[in-house]
Amino acid sequence: MAKAKVVVLGGGVGGTFVANKLAKHTDKIEVTVVDATGVHHYQPGLLYVPFGWEQPERLRHDERKLLHPAVQLVRSPVELIDVDKRQLKFLHDGTLPYDYLVIATGSCPVPDEIPGLADGGYHFYTEPSALRLREALHNFKGGRIIVGIGGFPYKCPPAPIEFTLLLDDWLRQRKLRDKTEIVFVTPLPQVFSIPTVVPLIDELFSRKGIKVETFFNTESVDPEKRKVISLEGTELDYDLLVLIPPHRGSPVIDASGIGDKGGWVPTDKFTLQVKGHERLFAIGDATDLPVSKSGAAAHFEAPIVVHNLLQLIEGKEPAAHYDGSVMCFVEAGDGKATVLRFNYERPPQPPKPSVLWRWMKATMNRFYPMAIPRGIALDVMFATLQGKFAPSSPFCGSELMEKMRQSDLRDA
Amino acid sequence: MTEVKADKIVDARGAQCPGPLVELIRALKEVPVGAIVEVWTQEPRTKEDAKAWCQRSGHEFIGVFPAEGYERVLVRKAK
Repeated sequence: MAKAKVVVLGGGVGGTFVANKLAKHTDKIEVTVVDATGVHHYQPGLLYVPFGWEQPERLRHDERKLLHPAVQLVRSPVELIDVDKRQLKFLHDGTLPYDYLVIATGSCPVPDEIPGLADGGYHFYTEPSALRLREALHNFKGGRIIVGIGGFPYKCPPAPIEFTLLLDDWLRQRKLRDKTEIVFVTPLPQVFSIPTVVPLIDELFSRKGIKVETFFNTESVDPEKRKVISLEGTELDYDLLVLIPPHRGSPVIDASGIGDKGGWVPTDKFTLQVKGHERLFAIGDATDLPVSKSGAAAHFEAPIVVHNLLQLIEGKEPAAHYDGSVMCFVEAGDGKATVLRFNYERPPQPPKPSVLWRWMKATMNRFYPMAIPRGIALDVMFATLQGKFAPSSPFCGSELMEKMRQSDLRDA
Repeated sequence: MTEVKADKIVDARGAQCPGPLVELIRALKEVPVGAIVEVWTQEPRTKEDAKAWCQRSGHEFIGVFPAEGYERVLVRKAK
């Protein structure tokens, strides 16, 4: 019997993790990852680049080296997913047929959705933009820095908060904090989208003298006058603007006619199958799921995609359900961090920031390239490191999450 | 009040906060002054957030109407 051809489109966290897990089943499937560049960026590390605490070259990895040897890698941009013919059409030339496809095409910041933002503002969500911000920050001598969220959705929801708190640390180190006003702007009625996390951030911002401007939906930026203008009618002057642009799905999703108006792939929130396309799965930022767009979400989705895909190949119903689990460490400033663990049903209860969680985050950043190729689930790794919970099954991610969440409740 | 007719309806059922509010604001950007936008939401917080946002932004909060398994939040673009 011929092996089923499984193609994974996109070599980010989700795509790489899925492919490496599938590689253990090459007796019945062929696995190919298609990636535009073959360069894997560890995006969470970009947070530190503007401060000079991380070098971009350390965040770039050869995708080939991250992938299991049994996984084939095609480095070529894809123009179109032809779902009728079950093939990918490459931008330059040729096609690649598939029996099953995993869409892991990620998301892109789109500064052009806010007039003036590309010229007047900075962000750190791509390597070039993080380097631009690094230069601007290192030339900064004092004044008003506006940091915030330019629109929804955007990936890694806590990142702007983390940046703001690290900025406070960095300015203090450079003896510029007394000369700087930090204002955090958000379209929301409160500082963060998840209510259970708001008191902690409010307390941190208040203690550090960071002002918050809520209900600030950025309408436009005037780079000449250095003003940012909201839909609500507020105008704020700035000396440096760090505004996270709204994101869209990958252009290939739009081109293929399988996305919604934001370019996100309509995805079953439990089975992770693309709605209306049985042989297609989607993972990570590319989906329209009501969870954070983050590598952490993709990480928890990967075992579900793999399990359901293999079930389907064997002619069975996809039985594994993703419960919306996400776990992420969040910088809290002063060398401390907290952790957010939540799912569709249960919101996070962040424990008090501590150096332990900061150490966990630093460890994860460091060991990421070693963990992903081996398909090591980071939740399991950290639970084991903590010594609190022993993993009990291959699908223990959710079980562990719940135990750890209960532990957070006690520590909060 | 239930006969108020919306010029644009946004179905944000199933979306978690801040999804419905974001969709409401996005829709208001696209309609002319005086038009009414109706957002369908299953998030209990949307009505409070939408009301507070209208107070802040100067748009008219018309009201909230229960429907089967969701709520209809209506706002008129005032400027």
